[in-house]
Amino acid sequence: MEIEIRGLHKSFGDTPVLRGIDLEVARGETVCVIGPSGSGKSTLLRCVNLLEEPTEGRIVVGGAEVTDPEVDIDAVRRRIGMVFQQFNLFPQLTVAGNLTLPQRRVLRRSKARAAEVARENLARVGLLEKADAYPAQLSGGQQQRVAIARALSMGPEVMLFDEPTSSLDPELVGDVLSVMRRLAADGMTMMVVTHEMSFAREVADRVVFLDDGVIVEEGPAAQVVGAPRHERTRNFLDRVLNPAAPRSPGAVSDEPGAGGGPGSGGGPDSGGGLDSGGGPQGVSDSGRG
Amino acid sequence: MSPRLTRRQRRRVSRGAQYAVLAAAVALVAVLADWGRLAQQFAQPDLAGELFPDIITTALRNTVLYTVSGFAFGLVLGLVVALMRLSSIAPYRWAATVYIEFFRGLPALLIFIFVGVAVPLAFPGTEIPGGTYGKVALGLGLVAAAYIAETVRAGIQAVPRGQMEAARSLGFSYPRAMVSVIFPQAFRIVIPPLTNELVLLFKDSSLVLFLGVTLDERELTKFGRDLAGQSANSTPILVAGLCYLLVTVPLSLLVRRLEARTAVERPWR
Repeated sequence: MEIEIRGLHKSFGDTPVLRGIDLEVARGETVCVIGPSGSGKSTLLRCVNLLEEPTEGRIVVGGAEVTDPEVDIDAVRRRIGMVFQQFNLFPQLTVAGNLTLPQRRVLRRSKARAAEVARENLARVGLLEKADAYPAQLSGGQQQRVAIARALSMGPEVMLFDEPTSSLDPELVGDVLSVMRRLAADGMTMMVVTHEMSFAREVADRVVFLDDGVIVEEGPAAQVVGAPRHERTRNFLDRVLNPAAPRSPGAVSDEPGAGGGPGSGGGPDSGGGLDSGGGPQGVSDSGRG
Repeated sequence: MSPRLTRRQRRRVSRGAQYAVLAAAVALVAVLADWGRLAQQFAQPDLAGELFPDIITTALRNTVLYTVSGFAFGLVLGLVVALMRLSSIAPYRWAATVYIEFFRGLPALLIFIFVGVAVPLAFPGTEIPGGTYGKVALGLGLVAAAYIAETVRAGIQAVPRGQMEAARSLGFSYPRAMVSVIFPQAFRIVIPPLTNELVLLFKDSSLVLFLGVTLDERELTKFGRDLAGQSANSTPILVAGLCYLLVTVPLSLLVRRLEARTAVERPWR
């Protein structure tokens, strides 16, 4: 098991965000985490490489217990690549510099070796010709692909993606997703927090639906996205896939627990809405909502 | 104002009025001032000529030396205090805050008198290394460090949080992330305000006046005042003032250019 999460709780002050998460990701598996905003998906991902310190629970990545107080967290993080919604490239460095600096400083690779690895990974994301550009000169989609190449240059065993396409213009999403798709096909272990339902359906081995700090439903993508069993999952997917559709007040509420509330019975067309959004193109478009 | 005026007409009237006020003020000063006496007291060409080359080779040189040594000391100390301010260890934060508020809240002159009088009293037999230069570096540096610390802290905090998160995710330790990723970005942000601090320090070096210095250690203000006293004429004061401007004005222009460049480089701010 590459990632193993047991009994994970996380609170910010008195506000519980994660309330008992158990999740496993096998080697080479791609797991997509979906759920409404505020459901704790990003917090869950950030706990895996300890950007957030769990309040309670155990997380093991590649045999090393991340939550062990004695662990060398820098050593563990070297094996976990992370891609952020806001790219977080180093603006004062060129694209090549962004890829070589961490290799040189953290892995102590030689200049030549770091440059060679950087070239390989830039080629992998199709941006070899941008090696000398600065991040500000690139489009959002190109910046995100550089960020992926930067993470890959460290030779990680696991990649975490925190809403990698959420701050991109719609026409730039495709390039980033196709890089991720290829990565998954190459056998990388991936945990992806995303709103891209077409990506989840097509690439994920498993989809996890998180709501109000607990896993409501998990299973094969075709099942969770295609034929969700739980009312809360159905309501969420309905809202994501048909953002413009009229619905009863209960169903549009942003309250995480709304699915169980009195309005939960008020979505008679939710199943139909899902079916009509079945084509990959339609799903992709509305998924941007 | 008549409601029949268009907006453009009103603007023209307003601007005309402002020019008129300015012209009147200039004319008033020009007419009332006694230019002849002013010139006699402040602009004696032969007196001004006698000031050279000493005013450059000794006075301006010392002003620059005092400023640079004070700034160097202040920069090192300020960096340490800034890091203490940002530390996760509370007593460090408290100490840094006390330091900053203490030295920002006191007149620099008081600090100078303190360094000149209290330190020799408190540590009898010990000399501040570097003689007058050491004392000045200490006095100017102690004050400058308080301001520099706040500037540097603001610069470090202006670097987006995601930069530290990205660096840590790549396996950088906290100190290494600071040095390799955060400092280079913070440095660019703080160069203009630090250059401003340098200009302020350049002027504050005139406080050396109160330390008691030898002839060779005089800087611009002391030099100008001494020679004005000797010749019973204020021309040396005017020349000393011009020497200050010779340095401060180009530095200020440089700050403005640096700020403009930073604004271009970081259009998202």
